[in-house]
Amino acid sequence: MKKTYKIDVDCANCAAKMEEAAKKVEGVADCTVNYMTLKMAVDFAEGASPAEVMPRVLKACKKVEDDCEIFF
Amino acid sequence: MNKKQKKSLYRIIIAAVLTAIFHFLPVSGVLRLILFLIPYIIIGYDILKKCFLGIIHGQVFDECFLMTVATAGAFVIAVIDGTGDYTEAVAVMLFYQTGELFESIAVGKSRKNISGLMDIRPDSARLETENGLETVDPDEVEVGSVIVVEPGEKIPIDGVVISGSSSLNTSALTGESLPRDCKEGDEVLSGSINISGEIRIRTSKPFGESTASKIMDLVENSSSRKSRSEKFISKFASVYTPAVCIGALCLAVLPPLVNLAAGSAPLWGTWVYRALIFLVISCPCALVVSIPLSFFAGLGGAGHEGILIKGANYLETLSKVKTVVFDKTGTLTKGTFDVKGIHHGSMDDSKLIEYAAIAECPSSHPISKSIRSAYGKKIDRSRLGITEEIGGKGMISYVDTCKVAVGNDKLMDHIGVGYCSCHSVGTVVHMAIDSEYAGHILISDTPKETSKAAVKELKKQGVEETVMLTGDIDSVGKETARDLGLDKVYTELLPADKVEKTEMLLSNMKKGDTLAFVGDGMNDAPVLSRADVGIAMGALGSDAAIEAADVVIMDDDPMKVAVALKHSKRCMGIVYENIYFAIGIKVLCLILGALGFANMWLAIFADVGVLVICILNAVRALKVR
Repeated sequence: MKKTYKIDVDCANCAAKMEEAAKKVEGVADCTVNYMTLKMAVDFAEGASPAEVMPRVLKACKKVEDDCEIFF
Repeated sequence: MNKKQKKSLYRIIIAAVLTAIFHFLPVSGVLRLILFLIPYIIIGYDILKKCFLGIIHGQVFDECFLMTVATAGAFVIAVIDGTGDYTEAVAVMLFYQTGELFESIAVGKSRKNISGLMDIRPDSARLETENGLETVDPDEVEVGSVIVVEPGEKIPIDGVVISGSSSLNTSALTGESLPRDCKEGDEVLSGSINISGEIRIRTSKPFGESTASKIMDLVENSSSRKSRSEKFISKFASVYTPAVCIGALCLAVLPPLVNLAAGSAPLWGTWVYRALIFLVISCPCALVVSIPLSFFAGLGGAGHEGILIKGANYLETLSKVKTVVFDKTGTLTKGTFDVKGIHHGSMDDSKLIEYAAIAECPSSHPISKSIRSAYGKKIDRSRLGITEEIGGKGMISYVDTCKVAVGNDKLMDHIGVGYCSCHSVGTVVHMAIDSEYAGHILISDTPKETSKAAVKELKKQGVEETVMLTGDIDSVGKETARDLGLDKVYTELLPADKVEKTEMLLSNMKKGDTLAFVGDGMNDAPVLSRADVGIAMGALGSDAAIEAADVVIMDDDPMKVAVALKHSKRCMGIVYENIYFAIGIKVLCLILGALGFANMWLAIFADVGVLVICILNAVRALKVR
C-alpha cells in the first residue's frame, strides 16, 4: 500500500536524509521524499498499518533532521 | 515570504546592525568578546543546536558542523591572537544565514510557480442528487453520477456532456490556448476549465483515474526518478564533506608540525585560520540545492507546454537523442482519411459513394469512416441486406437488391473481378456491383501541418537520423517519408515488426547516443517501452499511452517533440554549467585558501555567492524557449 504525506523540511540534503531514515523503519517497504513538492510517498510493507508505522517514521526522521515535520 | 523566512530576515538584520555597532565600539578584552557573542548567538543559535544534535545522533558531517567549527574557530583564534577582531566570525554566520534565506525564497518561489502551472487538481465537485445540488469531495463521486460544472469552474472528473454546451480552456492539459468547444455527447476531460456555459456531465471514471489526477500523480512522482547527474551529486556530497573536513584538519595540523620539526615557529594561528577558510569555502550546498532545482524547474516548464516528462532521468536521456523513430498514422499524419478522388466510375460519383457508404457502414475501420464522412448524409440502414466482412480484404454487402463488394485488390481477385490500378499514391478502395467493376475510390491520409517543420527542426537540434515505421503499403509510406524529409522508412510492418526494427536501430547506435520513439500510443506500447525514450503523442485521455510512455505530449503536434528535445538540452546545459561553475570556483578558492591567498570574505563569496548564482541559473530552466 502506498500513501503520500505532506512534509515540511528546509533543505534538499535534509530531505535526502529523511528518505534514508524512513526507509530503515520497520513496516516501510520503500520511501521517496520529494523536496520540491514537499511530499513523502511511503510504500508500506505487507500487513503494516500506516497509523502505527508513521509515528515511527516521524521519530526516525526527527533524529536525522531536527526541524522536519510530516503531516499524517 | 512565510513566517519562518521573515523570522530569519529579522535575525539577520538585528545581528548585522549589532555587529556593525560593536565593530566600532572602543571596548576590548572579555567585554568585547561577550558583546560579539550576542549577535553570534542571535544569528547562529539554530545552527549550533543542529550541529550539536547531529553529533549526538551520529550525523556529524554536515553544513551546520562546517559552519560551527569555522565560526567557533575564528573566535578562538581572535582570542588567542588578542586582536579582538570578532567581526569575521559573526559575518560568516551572517552570510551563511543570508544564503539559506535566499535559497529558501528561491525554492519556495519556483515551487509555487510550478504548482501554479500544474494547478489542475479540482477541490470539489457539484453532484446532482435527489435533494438538488450538493458540493462534495470529488473522490466520493461514483461512476455514472451526474455533476454540474458552471462557467469558471474546473471539470473535476472525466465524463460525457449530457446537456448544455460550452467552450473549454484545456491549456493546463495541452498547453494549447485556443478554447475547445463541447456540446451534448462530447467527452470532456478533468482539468479543463469551463468558460462559457453551464454543462451537465455524466462521469465515466472515478476521480482517481481521471485525467487530472493521473497527470498530477505523474508530475508529483516525476522528480523521484533521479537522473544520473543527481545521483552523482548526492554521492559526491556524501564523500565530499568528510573529505573536506579531513583536509582542513590536515591543513591545520600538518604544516605547523612540519615547522616544529624543522625548528622554526609553528605558526598555529595562521594555519588554523587557513583551515577554517577552507571549511567555509567547501560547503557543498550550491550543488546539492541547484541540481535538483534545475531538473525540477525543467520538468515544470515542460509540463506547462503540455509536455509531461516522467522523470529527471528521461530529461537526461532526451538530451542525448540522435535517432528519432516515428510511427506514421496519427503521429506524422492526421490519421483521418480523406477521399481524394473517384476514378473509372461506371455510374455517378455520388451514387457510387452512397453505395460504398451503405455497404461499409457496419465496419469501424478508419477507411469506412472516411467514406461515410465523404457521403455526408444520414445512412439509411434499412437498405442494407446481408453483409460479410472478409478480413484484410474488404466487405461484400447487399444494398437494395445489388451485391456490392468494397475492398482492396485482394478482394477483387477473391471475387474474380478485373480492376484498374490507380496511378496516384494512396489507399485504393475498389468497388464491384453485381460482379461488375464499378470504379475505385482513392483515399489518403494527409500529413499534419507541422510534421515537415518538426523533422527539419529535429535535424537542427542535432538528430542524426529520422526514421518512419508504418504498417501502410510501400508506395504510400515512401511518398509520405519523402514529402516530410525523413531519412529512412520501413513499410508494411506488423506491430511486432516495429519492435524488431527498433531493436535493429538500437543495436546500430553509438554508445551514449539514445533513440526516441514517437507514437500515438494506441498500439505502440511495446515499442514505446523498448526505445530509450518513448514519446506518446495526442495521449490525452488514453491511459495505456500515459502508462507506457516516458514522455507524454498532451496534444498531437509533432513540433512538440522538437521543443521537448531542445528544452532537455537547455536544461542539461544549465545543470552542467552549475556543476562546473560551482566545483570550479570552489576548487580554485580552496587552493587559494590553502596557500594563504584567500581571506574569510572570499570564502563567504565562494560559499554563499556561488549558491545564489547557481540558484538563479537553475530557475532559468522554468522557461521553455
